[in-house]
This record gives sequence, C-alpha cells and structure tokens, in this order.
Amino acid sequence: MDAFLNQVFAGLATGGIYASVALALVMIYQATHQVNFAQGEIAMFSTYIAWTMIDAGMPYWPAFFLTIAIAFVLGVLIERVIVRPVEQAPVLSVVVVFIGLLVIFNSLAGWIYTYTIKVFPSPFPKEPLHVGDHFFSAHQLGAVGVTLVVLALLYAFFRYTPLGLAMRAAAQNPTSSRLVGIRVGWMLALGWGLAAAIGAIAGMMVAPTVYLDPNMMSGILLYAFAAALVGGIDNPGGAVLGGFMVGVLENLLGAYVIGNELKLAFALVLIVGVLVVRPSGLFGRVHVTRV
Amino acid sequence: MTPASPLTAASAAPGKSRRIALAVLLLAICALPFLVTNYHTFQLTMVLVYAIALLGLNILTGYNGQISLGHGAFYAIGAYVAAILMDKWGVPYWATVPVAGLVCLAAGFLFGLPALRLEGLYLALATFALGVSMPQLLKYKHLEYWTGGVQGIVIMKPDPPFGLPINQDQWLYYFTLAIALVMFLLGWNLLRGRVGRSLIAIRDQPIAAEAMGVNNSLYKSLAFGVSAMYTGVAGALGAIAVQFVAPDSFNIFLSITFLVGIVIGGLASIPGAIYGAIFIQFVPNIADQISKAAPWAIYGVFMIGFVYLMPVGVAGAIRIAWARIRRGSGRNGQQ
Amino acid sequence: MSTKQLLVSATVMAGLALGTSSALAQKKYDPGASDTEIKIGNIMPYSGPASAYGTIGKTDAAYFKMINDQGGINGRKINFISLDDGYSPPKAVEDARRLVEQEQVLFIFNSLGTPSNSAIHKYMNAKKVPQLFVATGASKWNDPKDFPWTMGWQPNYQTEAATYAKHILQTKPDAKIAVLYQNDDYGKDYLKGFEDGLGAKAKTMIVAKASYETSDPTVDSQIVQLQASGANVFFNITTPKFAAQAIRKAYDIGWKPVQYLNNVSASIGSVLTPAGLEKSKGVISIQYLKDSLDPKWKDDKAMKDWYAFMAKYYPEGNVKDGSNMVGYGVAQTMVQVLKQCGDNLTRENVMKQAASLKDFRTDVLLPGIKINTSATDYAPIEAMQLVQFDGKEYKAIGDVVGK
Repeated sequence: MDAFLNQVFAGLATGGIYASVALALVMIYQATHQVNFAQGEIAMFSTYIAWTMIDAGMPYWPAFFLTIAIAFVLGVLIERVIVRPVEQAPVLSVVVVFIGLLVIFNSLAGWIYTYTIKVFPSPFPKEPLHVGDHFFSAHQLGAVGVTLVVLALLYAFFRYTPLGLAMRAAAQNPTSSRLVGIRVGWMLALGWGLAAAIGAIAGMMVAPTVYLDPNMMSGILLYAFAAALVGGIDNPGGAVLGGFMVGVLENLLGAYVIGNELKLAFALVLIVGVLVVRPSGLFGRVHVTRV
Repeated sequence: MTPASPLTAASAAPGKSRRIALAVLLLAICALPFLVTNYHTFQLTMVLVYAIALLGLNILTGYNGQISLGHGAFYAIGAYVAAILMDKWGVPYWATVPVAGLVCLAAGFLFGLPALRLEGLYLALATFALGVSMPQLLKYKHLEYWTGGVQGIVIMKPDPPFGLPINQDQWLYYFTLAIALVMFLLGWNLLRGRVGRSLIAIRDQPIAAEAMGVNNSLYKSLAFGVSAMYTGVAGALGAIAVQFVAPDSFNIFLSITFLVGIVIGGLASIPGAIYGAIFIQFVPNIADQISKAAPWAIYGVFMIGFVYLMPVGVAGAIRIAWARIRRGSGRNGQQ
Repeated sequence: MSTKQLLVSATVMAGLALGTSSALAQKKYDPGASDTEIKIGNIMPYSGPASAYGTIGKTDAAYFKMINDQGGINGRKINFISLDDGYSPPKAVEDARRLVEQEQVLFIFNSLGTPSNSAIHKYMNAKKVPQLFVATGASKWNDPKDFPWTMGWQPNYQTEAATYAKHILQTKPDAKIAVLYQNDDYGKDYLKGFEDGLGAKAKTMIVAKASYETSDPTVDSQIVQLQASGANVFFNITTPKFAAQAIRKAYDIGWKPVQYLNNVSASIGSVLTPAGLEKSKGVISIQYLKDSLDPKWKDDKAMKDWYAFMAKYYPEGNVKDGSNMVGYGVAQTMVQVLKQCGDNLTRENVMKQAASLKDFRTDVLLPGIKINTSATDYAPIEAMQLVQFDGKEYKAIGDVVGK
C-alpha cells in the first residue's frame, strides 16, 4: 500500500510536468488552431536563457519573469518572421515548418550549451516535505501550484477579457473576425507569444526535476501531446487533468501491470482507445460539422 | 506507313514526346549504376526504397487526407518480416518482399479500422503512438527470439542471379528498381482512376462523397492498408540493402522524416514521392557537410526554406512552372 | 669464379635483396595513406537522440589537429573525416561506405554506438578495412577469430558488471539487490554480465529489476518500485541524466542502499555534482581514466596537459564532461598505433600494430592500468580500479583488478 501511494505521488509529480506542457499546447491550439511540435524545444531553449541569466548571478525571480518576457517576444517573432510567410500553405507544410523549428532549436541548444546536464535551481525549499511517511519534494508541489495558477489565469483571460475573446474568435473563424474588426494577424502572433511564455514557465518548472539538457523536452512533449488530446485540446482544464491522469496511469501500469518496457506503448494504446470512444477527448467540446 | 494527317500528328505529339522523354529517362535510370560508384549506387537504391515508402504515405496522407505520424512502424514491420524470414527460415530475399507487403497490408487495414473514428489531430496522435511504440515492441523480451531483441538481425547481401556480370550493389539497385517500377505503375493506375478520385473526394468533401455513394469507411481503411503495404515493401527492400535491422533504425524520427519527405516532395503527387526521397536521402548529408557542430540546425533551415520557396512541394512548384511555360509558349504560338 | 668471389657476390646479392625488401617495407601504402597524409574515417551521432556523445568525435578531431600542429606522425598529417549518422544504423552503413569507397580512408576509428557499429561490422570485415577502437563497451568487439578487423577500446560492460558482482559477493554475501537499467543493448549487456558474475545466486540475490526508456522524462517511478522491493544494494545501469536523477531520488525518498554506479556515468562533473555531492556519498564505481574534476589530480602533469589541450584545441568543449577524457585517451592510443606502423601504412599492418600494443599507457589512464593487445586479445583496456566516492573525490578500493 505504501509503495502504491508512493507510485501515485510520483505519478502526480510527473503528471504535473505533462500538465504544464500540455497547457502550452492547448494555448497555441486555442490561439492558432495548430499543434506546434516545436513547443517543447522552444520551452527548453527559453529555460537555457533563464539558466544563463541565473548562472551569471541574477536572482531567481527577476530571471524568471525576464525569461517569460523574452520567450513571449521570441514567440511573436517566430510567428511574424517564420510562420507568417507560409500562412497560406497547406496545413502539412506548416507542420514541416514546425518540425524544422524543432530540430533547429534542439541542435542550437546542444551547440551553444553542450549536452552535459545542468542543474536548474528551484524557487521552492530544498527539503522534501513529509506527508505521513511519504516524501513529496517541495519543488514538485510548488510546480503543480504554478501550473494551476497559470491555468486559472488562462481561463480568466479567455473567458473574461476582450483580448482573450478576440483571440479565440480569430482562431476559430478568421474571416468573420476580420469583418468585425479583429486584427487576426496580430492575434495569431499574440497567441504564439503567450504559448511560448507558458512554455517557458513549464520549462523552468520541469528543469529542476529532470535536469536541463537539449533533449529535456523530447520525451515530455509526447506525454503532453497525449495529455492534451485525452483531456480535449480546446480545454485547458481538461489538458491539466489529462496530464495528471497520464502521469499516474503510466506509473501504475509500469509498476503493477505490464512492466516498464511497454508502459509507454500501453498508455498510448489506452489513450487511443479513449479517443475512439470519445473522439474529442474526455472533456472536449463535441464538434458538429455543418453541411 | 502512311503519314498521319497534320491534325492528328499535332494532337498526338505531346503524348508521343512525353513517352519518348519517359523512355529516355528510364534508360538513364537503368544506366546510372554503370556511370557512378558503388557507393552512389547504394545511395540511389535507398532513394528508390524511400520513394516507395513515400508513395505509400502519400496515398494515405496526400490523397486521402489521413495524417500519419507513424509510418516508420510499417516500414519497421516490413523490414523485420524480411529479416526474420531470411534469418529463421532461410527464405530467399526476393520472396520476402511480397510477404512483407501482405503482412503490412493486413496490419495497415486492421489499424485503419479504429482509426476511422479519429480525425485530424487525433489520428495524428494515434499513429504517433504507433510509431513511438514500435521500437519498444521490437525490443520486447518475449519477442526476442524472433526479433533478436536490442541486437537486431544481420542479413546476407544477395548475389546477382544467373551469373550476371554485375556486382551486388548494381544487382540490388536493379532489383529495387524493378519493384519500384511495379509499385509506381500500380499506384498510378490506382490513383488516376475511380479509386483515386474517391480518395480525393473523401479528403476534400467527406459528406458529399458519402452522399454520392462512396463508401467512406471502406475506402479509408483500404487506403490505410495499401499505404502500409507500400511502406512495408519499402521496409523489406531497405533491410536487404542495409543488411541489418535493429530497433534503433526505426525510431519516431523515421516516421517524421517520411512526413517531411511527402510534404517537400509534393502532397498528392506521384513524382512527388521521388523528389521527397531525394530530399530525405541527400539533404542530411549536405547539412553534415556544412556544419559538424549543429547539423540538425542546417537540416531544419533546409526544411523551412523548401516550404517557404515551394509551399506546395517540389512537384507542385514544377507543375506551376510548367503551366507558366506552356501558357507562355501557347500565347507565342497564337501570335 | 672462385668460391670467395661467389661468396662475396652472394652476400652482395643477399644484401641487395635485403636492402630492397627493407626499402619496400619502408614505404608501403594502402588507400588512404601516402607520404604526406593518413586519412582516418569516423562516424558519430552529431545529431539525433545520442548527440550528447558527439563530443567524443570533436575531441578526436581536436587531438589530431594538435598532432598535426606538432608535425604529424612520422611526417604525415592526419586527415580526419568524421560523418554524422544521427545514431541511425542505416545511415551508419551509408557513412561507412562513403568513407571506405569514396573518401578511401585507411581505416575507420572510434565510431560510436553498438547499433551503428553492429550495422557496419560485417561490411568492414568483408572489405578488410580496420574498424578500430569502437566507442562502445559491448563484449562482441573482442572476437579476433571471426572479426579480425574490428577492435574495441574501453573495458567491456560485462567485465565491469562482473567486477561489481564479485565485490558484492565478497562484502555482502546476503545482499538483496535492485537493478535499474536502460532498455537497450548497453543496459542489457551490463545486466547479463552482472547476472553471470553472481552466478547461481543471481536468482535469489536480485530481488527487483526495473528498466527505463531514454524517452522517459524521469526514472522516479522506477526508483520507487525498487525501494519497495526492500533491496539493500542498488546497481545503477544508467546514462548520465538518469543516473543523476536516480541518485537524487533514492536519497530524497530515504532509500539508503549500497549503490553501484556504472562507469558510463561515474563522472563527478556531469553526474555526481548535478545529483548532489552529499547525495552521491558512498557510490561505488569503477574507473580506468582520471576524472577531470577529481581534486587528487590537480597537480598531475597529464591532467594539466589535458586542460591545456582543451583550452587551446577544443575551447567550446565542456571540461566537466567525461566523454572528452575518453576521446583524448582513445585518440592518443590511435596515434601510438600509427607511430608503431612506421612507413608501412597498410591496413593489415595497422591492424597488426593495434594488436601488438605492449604495456602502453595513455596519460589519462589511472596509474597501474596498461593497454595490452595481441593477435588473440582484441580488448585493449581490461584492467580497472574499483572506487568509492567520499563526497569529494574517488577513493580506491583495493588494487587494480583485471590485467
């Protein structure tokens, strides 16, 4: 029982990681209706920027917020300079641009920072917390908290601010949005910026747990992708919940059911199974196509 | 022979010149192994192999609009079927290719059934899951007897038959070329006819297609099966050419590379598969030449650059350029 | 003609014959070698999932550049052609063919990874081109009978694992052992060596085994599983990132077994420091090279040379990365082999000289470890030192083991 609870805790902790990256994926989908494969690598690269500043002696929080700002600008720039020119190209061509960005950021990070793993500091206390007999690292708890805060902010942003509404509208129906005076182009760029900023937060929360290296996000992105889809790619809350589910599920399956060798495969099969039954995810809105 | 009337000659000319051009091209392709080194012959063999795989993926993604991020899995199945047949049962190499195709046809069709319920992103995830899981399945301890586990399987390189005076590389090239020709002809016949039109109709207007009496489900799962068969045949040929299969050969990046190949070559285009194959075979080498420090960064720049310059792929760009030339010359002719 | 004359002319003839044959022996070349140049090929994962190891190839290149700046080897400059295979076996085959058939290298040196080397193993031996000092610790590279053209360099994984097994049997015969391993050729090789080393007791002593994939974000779940088994010995077969995670997680959840850590991740700078030096206290491993961050080598000449080399020829490289020490050592061994070849730069002689290293020491090997090879022994480094980390540096346990 003890070990079981420990597995659940460990699962929730890694689930928090998936949730935060899934949130960034949902963000960009809400804003642009695209799934950005380079999201993870942009987050990783932003985390390196934060690391550089902290390594140079900057205190944690200024570096944290400065990184978010830099990531935001980076996101806007990528949209304006690289994605905009291929806007009219078929969807899959845009996907290839994302793959191109993915390999570029991965390779650049390795070139600039080498592949040796780096310790990324955590703003939370170092000592693990004791919950009964169980250990739960303060950082992991804090990271989950940060994810929930971001979720709440996002929710409020999209629900209650005119800008949030305009962004959703621009993504869903660009033509009509243009007619009612929304500057669709800038909305897309803004969406990229926000997604990159959320990715940077995710990266800075993930790095203390998994260590910072250029391949930090490649594994995580996979699970985050699964989490976002299982929760519903248009539902931030669902994506976070999906993240925790995937984290716990994967740990329990690995420990008790099928062993570690096939846990990823099996978790993915389960997810696909869910999708077959509920094609828009567990918490997603069901879309009806108008003929 | 009586000379044809000017009118018919004129109308027949494009077809005829095209056929001649095609014949010349084919001759050149056949002559290639004697003009270049064995190493380049090997590379060209790999281009043919990738072209078959890309044609397969193009049938599914380009023509039918179903995105697959996991076609590396079918390539792997094809490769392993060939390798296991040769290694465990001593089946001759040429006989393994059709078997690999059939196994993948079945696997693809079966995978296509649940995939029917998934669209767009969700299908992408399902196929992604397939691609990611495949190396792990190949390593799985209970399959180790067959797959060789993490160590993989080493295959013998085939000798040319009938005492042909060519070397192994040249023979492998011709063997692959023959199969590629058959696969491309089959694909061409399939796609330009009723089936091809139905596939495209399902991609563009699924509801209208259904209303017109196209059986969407059947066509979609068939597209999956046929697509997997092509990729499986390519996998078997690739295994024979490389003489080695191992789980590390078929990671998710292979699937992604295939997707890059069809987009850059040109979606829903048969020659596009060849352009794409040339891209994925040679551009990483060029990137490596340019920078040892960050070869992937260069590769990424090439990908984005191609999409930027030719958003509808190389095949699309050629089509547009050709149309422009034709229109230009047509106007000249009228003047 | 008198007997004397005959004798004289015979001697002259013999002398001439000897002279010409020695003159011939003086300059014998295969493709890739000439009066001015030795072409060496190499295959590395500069891109892809194993790109962390690409730095070995860069160190090799930097080392050869230094040798060239110092005048080369017997007056010949080294032309080092290194290609990227992205850790993909089919690409490695293509690269090997390009190096051998197109670039016409004399041999391929230090290509990385078991899968890639396995893919070109047969080709290289069929072509009779040396595949020297491959950068993998699989045991199959020491097989001079079936594969006379392939040779490893580092101690093989199985021997290393067996050393730990022996140590456990001696010091803790009633141990309950938990093993964490990477689910690939490397992890399974270690596991096999370990189980073989424990012999019949393996079944009862190993109470838990957990594997992980390189795509896993963390190994936390596996560590929790292993702790739950009640094991008091932990054998950690992981690559650097996961090793650091495992050490830290075990400490954080209060699991305090005796830890054995494979040499792959024994680096103080790139593993133990990120994991936390305090948390790494007591970790047992083996070493055969000096660790760049170990304070006891601070004034060692070889270490100073290495730091100077890194500063001058590979400034963008990371001195904390143990891989750069490996690259340096293996390149130095290669240069020794080429020196021994003299002017007879045939592939056969390169292989012959590689197989006749006698008590050779690269500067960065631990004291007491020597490289010995012969026609029947294709395992250059077989000796190793069991060490324990005391929170600051590695302390030797007993003497060098192996030969």
